[in-house]
Amino acid sequence: MCTELQGSRYQNNTFQAIRVSRSFSMAANVRSFEAIKKERFKDENCPTPTSEEQMKVEESVEQLFDLFSKIVEIDLDAPTLLRLHHATFLKKSLTYLPNAYQCLDASRPWLCYWILHSLELLDETLATEDISKIVQFLGKCQCPEGGFAGGPGQFPHLAPTYAAVNALCTLGTEEAYSIIDREQLQKFLWSVRSPDGAFMMHPGGEVDIRGVYCALAVARLVNIYTDALFDNSASWIISCQTYEGGFSGSPGMEAHGGYAFCGLAALSLLGKEQLCDMKSFLRWIVNRQMRFEGGFQGRTNKLVDGCYSFWQGGAFPLLHRILMQEDGNAVSMERWLFHQEALQEYVLICCQNSSGGLVDKPTKPRDIYHTCYTLSGLSVAQHFVHGKANIVGNRNNELALIHPVYNIGLEAALNALQYFQRLHIPQRQPS
Amino acid sequence: MAEAGSSSEELCDETNWVFYKYRVEWKDVTPVPQDDGPYPIVAIAYSEKFQDIYDYFRAVLKSCEKSERALQLTKDALDLNPANYTVWQYRREILKHLNKDLIPELHYVKEVIEDNPKNYQVWHHRRVIVEWLQDPSYELSFTKTVLSQDSKNYHAWQHRQWVIRTFKLFENELQYVDHLLEDDIRNNSAWNQRYFVINNTTGFKPDVVEQELAFTLEKIKKVTNNESAWNYLRGVLLHHSGGLSQVQNVRKVCEELYSSGNRSPLLLAFLVDICEENIERADGDKADSLHQAVQLCDMLANEYDTIRREYWNYIARSLTQRVNGSEEEASGSTKTDLNC
Repeated sequence: MCTELQGSRYQNNTFQAIRVSRSFSMAANVRSFEAIKKERFKDENCPTPTSEEQMKVEESVEQLFDLFSKIVEIDLDAPTLLRLHHATFLKKSLTYLPNAYQCLDASRPWLCYWILHSLELLDETLATEDISKIVQFLGKCQCPEGGFAGGPGQFPHLAPTYAAVNALCTLGTEEAYSIIDREQLQKFLWSVRSPDGAFMMHPGGEVDIRGVYCALAVARLVNIYTDALFDNSASWIISCQTYEGGFSGSPGMEAHGGYAFCGLAALSLLGKEQLCDMKSFLRWIVNRQMRFEGGFQGRTNKLVDGCYSFWQGGAFPLLHRILMQEDGNAVSMERWLFHQEALQEYVLICCQNSSGGLVDKPTKPRDIYHTCYTLSGLSVAQHFVHGKANIVGNRNNELALIHPVYNIGLEAALNALQYFQRLHIPQRQPS
Repeated sequence: MAEAGSSSEELCDETNWVFYKYRVEWKDVTPVPQDDGPYPIVAIAYSEKFQDIYDYFRAVLKSCEKSERALQLTKDALDLNPANYTVWQYRREILKHLNKDLIPELHYVKEVIEDNPKNYQVWHHRRVIVEWLQDPSYELSFTKTVLSQDSKNYHAWQHRQWVIRTFKLFENELQYVDHLLEDDIRNNSAWNQRYFVINNTTGFKPDVVEQELAFTLEKIKKVTNNESAWNYLRGVLLHHSGGLSQVQNVRKVCEELYSSGNRSPLLLAFLVDICEENIERADGDKADSLHQAVQLCDMLANEYDTIRREYWNYIARSLTQRVNGSEEEASGSTKTDLNC
């Protein structure tokens, strides 16, 4: 940005001038609020529960956008990521959580991962002793039969297994890596696999596409992957692609953001991305970004939610890699195929709790899960390939880079992969 | 998951509650405290009631006790955290061991689902009970009730689909879907269910395709900006050998909408797909179809669907390259294609 424009920002404090100068410093994609207002939902005189709900959300979002357009006239750096507030909220949560979290007593490795990953995104470091304490706690969640449970003394389950491995790799110390019992983990994965290529979340548990993603992610990270373990998994995943183009939790069900991410990431981990209808997937996913709010919805005709900033937004780096191979010349060399600024605007303006932590949508209470996934999505929206940055608001809003397949820090992922690559792959024979 | 009280602890009258540690009939059991290790990490501030129940559950797990009292203990534990999959799994082991009558279990899990309709474990538990019973007779009515409160509940739909598929109960499902679509034409779960039923019954054979196209086009004419209907239209056309561009009534409706001034981004996007198909079939003038497609993409990128500007620009580039690229290849043999 040249000095003349710097000058005009300070001379003329109107929103107009800021918008003009901002459009020089950022891509022409920054949205003006007059333009955004035109994107309000129109129910064509046919109101239904869906349209009524949508309009309610847009109303509360519009109020925040309006408020923001006034704030930005005074605060040239807006919107600002409330780094200190979020970090404080997260650090406190790492030790003690209030009674309301009893409902997550079977998801404590998740709590560790969500907090640690969020802190990593915010470039917050932990003391060495604290790292060791967390490693030891996660060790207590590991089961003798392999895999990790939702808490000490509980049965192993693929979801806390994924979370624990991600948390340990985020911590990234030798102690963290070596707490994982790789041989037993591989046995556990065998114990939840079915012959059709799908995975149960736990022995005697439900089968859905999260299972195969969690299994693949941990298998690849800690280097226990074998072809035999994931035989038929690619075709099972493909059977979850719906007529809309996204992936469902299980064959026949509705396409859904969380499951879509799991499906695409799992195919990427298998190297079998080309098996799905990528054109159809791309069409579905770009249509999940809300034209007014800027954030993503999970399913067609449902409401925006901050967590889909990652589940939907995070699929774009994966898509980019795939399309580079298929359609290299047409692919952009500057941007993902979604509106990066609009997503950042939604997260920064509508999803931040002023006391720290982030939320699903305005009026919802903060929680650690939404904090993790809004920030993860924000990181994707801020960075193109090789970290080429596109930061909305204050330069200090910039977060750390993530590895889009695992959703841990890029550095953390590369370090873990490097560490475990050197180790021998257990070769458990199927019984 | 949000920071609001979610268990029934706060709501019911607690004055009658006796902690397990004070129960005479449990005197023989030594409670097992949770082994978090020496440091608090994501340490939840459990209520005394919660801690007491789970200390006893851990004890029962350790000793493998599968008695009536253990069964009741699991119920108490699940009341406090219905997401504890370990407790559900162990409860199932007790039920099997005691050879319990499963009909009361069905009623029990129904209540827990009503209080926790977005919980994975409760729906899975119900599915297992139904599997053991091999009796689906309550399931359609039950899921219908849950869906009447939240017509898009993913777990309810998933359970309903499993029941219908497993026990071949497709018969009245299309009628149910029609009813839901009358309530809310934008209910994407209902549209998905429509696809599911037809796919698994008649299949999308030609007369069914024709019928479904007519149905969907009628809905699109009424509410043009309804993505569910357009997605379903595409879904149906996947089964038509002619594809998007060949079906007369589809083209007609689109053209009518467009010439009446309708610029819905969904309509425009569909027109892009029609152009693309014309290009792929090498139908007539490829260059003209490309020109139209690119023009539509520009309209979408710059005016009607600006949130998806990057995507529309990519589609335009991709189509252009496909046509020009193929023309370069064919330049030796098909001179007519070069009239652009």
